[in-house]
Amino acid sequence: MKRALTLCVAATFAAATAFPQPAAAQSKAGAAKPPPTAVERDAVTAEFEKFREVLEDANPAELFEAKGEELWKARRGPNNASLERCDLGLGPGVVKGAYVHLPRYFADVDKVMDAERRIVHCMTTLQGFKLEELAKRPFSTANATPDPVALVTYVAGQSRGMKIAVPQKHPKERATFEVGREIFFYRAGSYDFSCASCHGEDGKRIRTQQLPNFTKADQAIRAYQGWPGYRLTGGVMHTLQWRLWDCFRQQRFPEPGYVSDSLTALLTYLAVNANGQVYKGPGIKR
Amino acid sequence: MTDLSRRAALKGAGAGTLLAAAMAAGLLRPSDALADWNKGAFEAKTVSDALKSLKVVSPAETKDIAIKAPDIAENGAVVPIEIQSNIPGTKSIAVLIEKNPFPYAGSFDVSQGAMPFVALRVKIGESSNVRVVVATADGRFYTAVKEVKVTIGGCGG
Amino acid sequence: MADPMRIRARLEGDVADVRVLMAHPMETGQRKDAAGNVVPLHFIQTITAHLNGKPVFQAEVSQAISRNPVFGFKVKGAKAGDKLTITWIDNKGDKRTDEMTLAAG
Repeated sequence: MKRALTLCVAATFAAATAFPQPAAAQSKAGAAKPPPTAVERDAVTAEFEKFREVLEDANPAELFEAKGEELWKARRGPNNASLERCDLGLGPGVVKGAYVHLPRYFADVDKVMDAERRIVHCMTTLQGFKLEELAKRPFSTANATPDPVALVTYVAGQSRGMKIAVPQKHPKERATFEVGREIFFYRAGSYDFSCASCHGEDGKRIRTQQLPNFTKADQAIRAYQGWPGYRLTGGVMHTLQWRLWDCFRQQRFPEPGYVSDSLTALLTYLAVNANGQVYKGPGIKR
Repeated sequence: MTDLSRRAALKGAGAGTLLAAAMAAGLLRPSDALADWNKGAFEAKTVSDALKSLKVVSPAETKDIAIKAPDIAENGAVVPIEIQSNIPGTKSIAVLIEKNPFPYAGSFDVSQGAMPFVALRVKIGESSNVRVVVATADGRFYTAVKEVKVTIGGCGG
Repeated sequence: MADPMRIRARLEGDVADVRVLMAHPMETGQRKDAAGNVVPLHFIQTITAHLNGKPVFQAEVSQAISRNPVFGFKVKGAKAGDKLTITWIDNKGDKRTDEMTLAAG
């Protein structure tokens, strides 16, 4: 049943199912242009990708990477400590290559954690920051970029050019993947959407944006690549914690908790699907 | 183009301290101090008014200005443009976004040791021609356009 | 003070191909913040680049330049060891200068 189409997802979900229309039906509308053909639509995507590369060549994300490196090394918080002893999975203080091995199991908390969750964990345990405080304003605005966002950008940049290798050795890593998969296909909310509604089939799009099919290995990389990303809309830096939160919002799901188990699970599912592909570092997002 | 002789005078000996003193005394707001920022051109609401303020006369359409920009911009907030002028004696390159509320986006002085090339990223409010005007050392002007379409995109990702 | 610029320069023969990323909100004066207040005009107005102290590239720009601007230009007669200095000044009178030494191509 169609509701008031205030959100782009709803509007385009209708459009996605309506596309393409036969030319005859369209001409009845009078002066309306015929809808773009499949070839024309792919040409638009190719154009977007060409110029996205131009933008990624000098990416404002670098400003946040630099800021994140400063924050990593600075003595901060109630404990006046730096993050240089933070263990991101490859040993205390090892940042290079850590991002592409996350999410992973951490014995010290007996849980699987994704990159942002692990960094926040180090901020609380090593530096004395409080999770409740960080969770109050976790996402970037035009005026402020939260410290975890800059830190994730720095850490992610240190895995630039490396192969995604999210482990599935530990039983909890495998269990987390299964939970993530279940969430991906779970239909709920007032629109009865799941992630799979938009990202579970080939050939879907929202207006001019192609929607990759994350269940397929060769397209799953697009859930991983480019995040954290400098978003042109608003000129702000965003991580996957924001991206998933925003998807939930558009699906009319309840708001997910910042660095919560459900997001770790979903991130595990998406990342494992992309294993083996090369991560190019923080990117540009529309 | 900004009047280069005015710029040279401002940068002359003593000009710096005079300005600084005037600013300190509250006589000048910071934007006033930037005498080499063409307020008239930047506040013009039409291309022709902007070109008048830039003292551009009879720009000749040319194929010798290469404008690399997307046919369709993924996001009008950040549209990458690269301009290469192949006109001998290129002194400066000006960029105007015809349908922007204030079309004049800026100009780039390449006369003092730079190649006739510039890359920039601009905001384009609605599908519009990007107009480039090149000034050459012999006092002539040349122009070219590239259309950039701006769409309403998807849910960003 | 604003965050540092990130300057990248690649020497190809005696031409330095420069890309500079500046940290600046480039507010148009049209945007409203979360509270509904208009965010005032705040943007870089002029940019100058010097090679070993000599001006080589100058620009005047408007608020139509994108947030966190990136500019590219090519400096002639450059060689390894030369000092490239870039300065911007905005409409509030704030300025930022960063420099780099050109490395061999």
